[in-house]
Amino acid sequence: MNEESGKVKRFLYINRRAPYGSIYALESLEVVLIGAAFEQDVSVMFLDDGVYQLKKGQDTTGIGMKNFSPTYKALGDYDINKIYVEKESLEERGLTTDDLLNLTWEDEDDDYEEKPSIRVLSRTDLTDVLENQDVILNF
Amino acid sequence: MKFAILVNEGPYQHQAADSAYQFTRAALERGHEIYRVFFYHDGVNNGTRLATPPQDDRHITTLWSELADEHGLDLVVCVAAAQRRGVVDEDEMKRNGKDANNIAPGFRISGLGQLIEAGIQADRTMVFGD
Repeated sequence: MNEESGKVKRFLYINRRAPYGSIYALESLEVVLIGAAFEQDVSVMFLDDGVYQLKKGQDTTGIGMKNFSPTYKALGDYDINKIYVEKESLEERGLTTDDLLNLTWEDEDDDYEEKPSIRVLSRTDLTDVLENQDVILNF
Repeated sequence: MKFAILVNEGPYQHQAADSAYQFTRAALERGHEIYRVFFYHDGVNNGTRLATPPQDDRHITTLWSELADEHGLDLVVCVAAAQRRGVVDEDEMKRNGKDANNIAPGFRISGLGQLIEAGIQADRTMVFGD
């Protein structure tokens, strides 16, 4: 549809909740994946308990829910490679980047070199990211 | 100004549903355009005509239906979220072999692309959630 209008906007999806316990994380990821087809400038941000969404080694067998965390690895295939994680949110939960999924994307302009998608930024620096968006969807 | 509205919570449980309605009505009264209202997460429950709140309370779904009728609003319920929660129109009823439908007047069921498209077309996207 953006072919018709020719508009490219900066979309930011903010995820603030744990992956399970409520459906916000799963349904947010569904929006991000559908939105990828519109070829907009997409960023995804993880704050507060939202950082748990990117935790590696998730095991949901005890709660009868689908572990959808492998789907985050597909984001790079949809050219979604600006994934911001708040530094303070990680620290407050005793997490480091080593605890997170290894999300990557292939850079077409650099011989398809695999590059990391996750950018850990401080609370202060994330405000600059927020200020540069056209559409912010908060889940 | 042209607004897109996203409603992420169901009626009565959260004020977000009321706030979205009140914002939409106020914007229209001030001469703004509402490009689309998109209902997601439990927000899809705003679109069932089968709710019967107490008579001395507001009927949120009816308020939306009336506003849509008056202003030609496009009220879109997300199909994926609606399927999970049992909000069904006639097409969905047939497609999924259900014995009933419950979509309220003025609402339609469509895909998440409608939300993204609204975000592209509108000057501002307003999110009403928990």
